[in-house]
Amino acid sequence: MKDHPAQPHDLDGNPVRPGLPIAMLAEITHRCPLACPYCSNPVELTRAAGEMPAEDWARVFHEAAELGVLQVHISGGEPGARRDLAQIVASARAAGLYVNLITSGIGITRDRLEELDRAGVDHVQLSLQGIRADMADRISGHPGSWDKKMGFADWVTEIGFPLTINAVVHRQNLDRLPDMIALAERLGARRIEVATVQFHGWADLNRKALMPTREQAAEARRVVNEARIRLRGRMVIDYVPADHHAIHPKACMGGWGSTGLNIAPDGTVLPCHAAQTIPWMRFDNVRERSLRDIWLGSDAFNAFRGTEWMPEPCRGCDRKNIDFGGCRCQAMALAGDARATDPVCSRSPLNAALVARAEEDAAAETSDFIYRRMKKGV
Amino acid sequence: MTDALIQPQDIPYLPRGVWLADDKVRGLRVLQAPERAMQLDQIGDAILSELDGNRSMGQICADLAARYNAPVEQIAGDVRDFLTGLVARRMVFLRDPS
Repeated sequence: MKDHPAQPHDLDGNPVRPGLPIAMLAEITHRCPLACPYCSNPVELTRAAGEMPAEDWARVFHEAAELGVLQVHISGGEPGARRDLAQIVASARAAGLYVNLITSGIGITRDRLEELDRAGVDHVQLSLQGIRADMADRISGHPGSWDKKMGFADWVTEIGFPLTINAVVHRQNLDRLPDMIALAERLGARRIEVATVQFHGWADLNRKALMPTREQAAEARRVVNEARIRLRGRMVIDYVPADHHAIHPKACMGGWGSTGLNIAPDGTVLPCHAAQTIPWMRFDNVRERSLRDIWLGSDAFNAFRGTEWMPEPCRGCDRKNIDFGGCRCQAMALAGDARATDPVCSRSPLNAALVARAEEDAAAETSDFIYRRMKKGV
Repeated sequence: MTDALIQPQDIPYLPRGVWLADDKVRGLRVLQAPERAMQLDQIGDAILSELDGNRSMGQICADLAARYNAPVEQIAGDVRDFLTGLVARRMVFLRDPS
């Protein structure tokens, strides 16, 4: 690699060997008509004026494909909030990428969806907040969202896109999981992703209203296992369990800087969507540096590659190549140290305190949300 | 759980949103599908390349057995095992011949 005379190294100076990315999340905007209280966007949202133009996205898609990326997830915010969405989709497809559109279904008309079909969207993932209008509209903070979503889902199947339903679950809707699975089936989805809220950013602000109980987490596991058997060959269920109730942490991103990357609306390149919660970490922008250079050579991507940076108990753990010590951002948020063992791991010295806090949050009386909103403009 | 997802008369095909592609960077063949790219070995590629939406499982296995000069029972077992996994993951669909 003649472009990189310096050997890539982790945050301690240990040499690392970067692989190649397979999937890229392109968050083309933070604008969104919904206000879900667990939004994965950062608490500091980027405004329209800061969004990278479509021509830059086209170049990024080309660079991504040359780097080994096979699939792009075009997301937001609500990607439909950008009028040039079809142009962005077409450029991703022209670069040879498989295009997943991740949408709320709000703000994309039938005509526009047909335009997106012609532009080359391969697959549509539609978010679901609840199983009835009152529930879905309250959680999304958007009156009328339910009816619009159901109409959108019909268009998706009429046009013929493969459909995935993305159901984000938490204490206030987890008891309706069987109905969510049934709804996805009725909508003709090939897949449903049942994703328990991850407590970063907005969700962390709402943990007392969202944290599932231990009983709910156990029941959800049972429901998913039963439905997987019943629906085998008809609908796939991908399940992200409640990690605060788990024994082992999740293998976040399949390992830091391993197979995936994320591009924020302004072109900042991130190892994961929450990486900016690590305050000392600096991130490059694809408008200033090539994607290849950032992936292979940037401090942020190399910081937690490999396993040499790990402290105990990860360092001596037989699972260090399975879950990679868990989530760096969660370690930052809960342990105050991004390199610490993810406190959701039962082997973390902080685990007992974390579980106690999760139980306390789950028992909280409140159901009120702090909704995700952009600050009023100045 | 039943493993008889596929019958010999079924016609397997790749539905919309699923297709074979070249991964030029890694020099591999891949199956592109919703939010998943699956690396294929030569056998997987050979099987999936047969799915033309016209021929049944039985016909495909017979054709592969003839081409690779292998016992059709063995080929049929390999093809069924491989495609059953993909049918369960909704990456291969089945059409009834009737």
